[in-house]
Amino acid sequence: MTGIYFWVLAAVTVMASLGVVLQRNPMYSVLLLIVSFGGLSGLYITLNAPVVAAIQIIIYAGAIMVLFLFVVMLLNVPTEDPPHGYHARLLGGAGPRWFGAVLAVVLMGELVFALSHLASTPLPSGTGNPTSIAQIGVRLYRDYAFAFEVTSVLILLSMVGAVILARKES
Amino acid sequence: MTSIVEFIQAHQMVIAQLVLILGIFLMLQISAAVMVYFERKIAAWAQQRYGPYLVGPSGILQPIADIVKLIMKEELRPKSADTFLFYLAPILCATAAFAAFSVVPFGAETTFFGLLERPIGLQMTDVNVAVLVLFAITSMGVYGIVLAGWASNSKYSLLGGLRSSAQMISYELSYGMSLAAIIMLAGSMSLRGIVDMQAGYWFGFIPKWYVFIQPVGFFIFMTAGVAETNRAPFDFPEAEQELVAGYHTEYSSMSFALFFMAEYINMVTVSAVAADLFLGGWHGPFLPEYLGWIWFLIKIAALLFFYIWMRWTLPRYRYDQLMEFGWKWLLPLAVVNLLVTAAVVLGAGW
Repeated sequence: MTGIYFWVLAAVTVMASLGVVLQRNPMYSVLLLIVSFGGLSGLYITLNAPVVAAIQIIIYAGAIMVLFLFVVMLLNVPTEDPPHGYHARLLGGAGPRWFGAVLAVVLMGELVFALSHLASTPLPSGTGNPTSIAQIGVRLYRDYAFAFEVTSVLILLSMVGAVILARKES
Repeated sequence: MTSIVEFIQAHQMVIAQLVLILGIFLMLQISAAVMVYFERKIAAWAQQRYGPYLVGPSGILQPIADIVKLIMKEELRPKSADTFLFYLAPILCATAAFAAFSVVPFGAETTFFGLLERPIGLQMTDVNVAVLVLFAITSMGVYGIVLAGWASNSKYSLLGGLRSSAQMISYELSYGMSLAAIIMLAGSMSLRGIVDMQAGYWFGFIPKWYVFIQPVGFFIFMTAGVAETNRAPFDFPEAEQELVAGYHTEYSSMSFALFFMAEYINMVTVSAVAADLFLGGWHGPFLPEYLGWIWFLIKIAALLFFYIWMRWTLPRYRYDQLMEFGWKWLLPLAVVNLLVTAAVVLGAGW
């Protein structure tokens, strides 16, 4: 039963993610990304992690994607035009394309290496199953408190950066 | 004949659960119709008019007449609208509204007067992260409104959709923080668990409802809840004086009705959750446990009356006032409330 769930959800996630990239209409791209997040959230449930699933929906599908949608609607571009002029030469030229291709090959190699490595070593079982919200809280604020704090500083920095970028000089 | 009886007896828990789900589904639909009637009656009462009085005694069959009228209407679609998203939007809205109620409990565990061998809880499903699930589904509801605004390809709809997304993001934070304070107090994320924490009395007569220890949280929850359901005085997505009807300007017939049904069901859900989280759910004096759902209905009715009463009493805010109130007053208040609650829970070892 879990196998069927996994394959259906995995298919939905992969198809939706492909759609995000292949879709020319930015509105549909955003919506397909939400579908893909929904599929991921379902996969978390099959992994017995309902808290992560719910948080995935609340944070990514619920809050961040609304902002994306907001920006797409504000710009209201019906379809993405291929770039032209200076930007086309800068981004669509032979050089950047080759660079992108090399990066893609490197990423592919890394993924293959990681997956083959993973298959041979069993996953660390750890102490208990950190699925309940209390256990996640203890892990986050006690065991990984430093990483958590550093992440929040990172988010704060990006917020300050956004404010500086958005500020109008008067 | 015996085989059917045996089948029902063997699978009675599953059948009871299915009947319950069907019952909740119908109840929500009927509640939307009832809300239409009471909205119009209370509006009339507030404005010293009669309200609907022709269809049935005191106009009680008015919602049915409204529904028949809406079904008979022509389904219109603007020529430049995005067909798929235009029809998807009301479906999303209604689906999210129905789905949100799936984790809301509305009565104690019961065997239906000994009909069942094991008691079942009066709710669709009791998940241990119910509050998070509820929050997740509510945050999906905004897409229906935003997509309706965008897919209609009309300026009023677009502005309504934009306003709604901005409003929902702004108020969702305060909403979530008032929920978090309750979760801390109860030490549980299951709505049933939270309600059961509120059973009993202090000093023998004050009910142990969280509204008495979280009055600020209750205020924040209700304010943000009104903003989340796009009701007056926060009904900017559909401000009729400025935006014709906002995001559903271009909708007609049943797709229009779906938006309205979703709005009323969302009001019922917010009231039900408020009753569960702050007003002790089905716990109350005088009535035995198995009749607790009567208390629950009374609490929901009171909160819904409050909703409608507020709509016909308070004028709409200005848009900048809405944003200022949400970010500069409500959110800091919610953060302080959360911190104080956390400190008290830690210090007093609640």
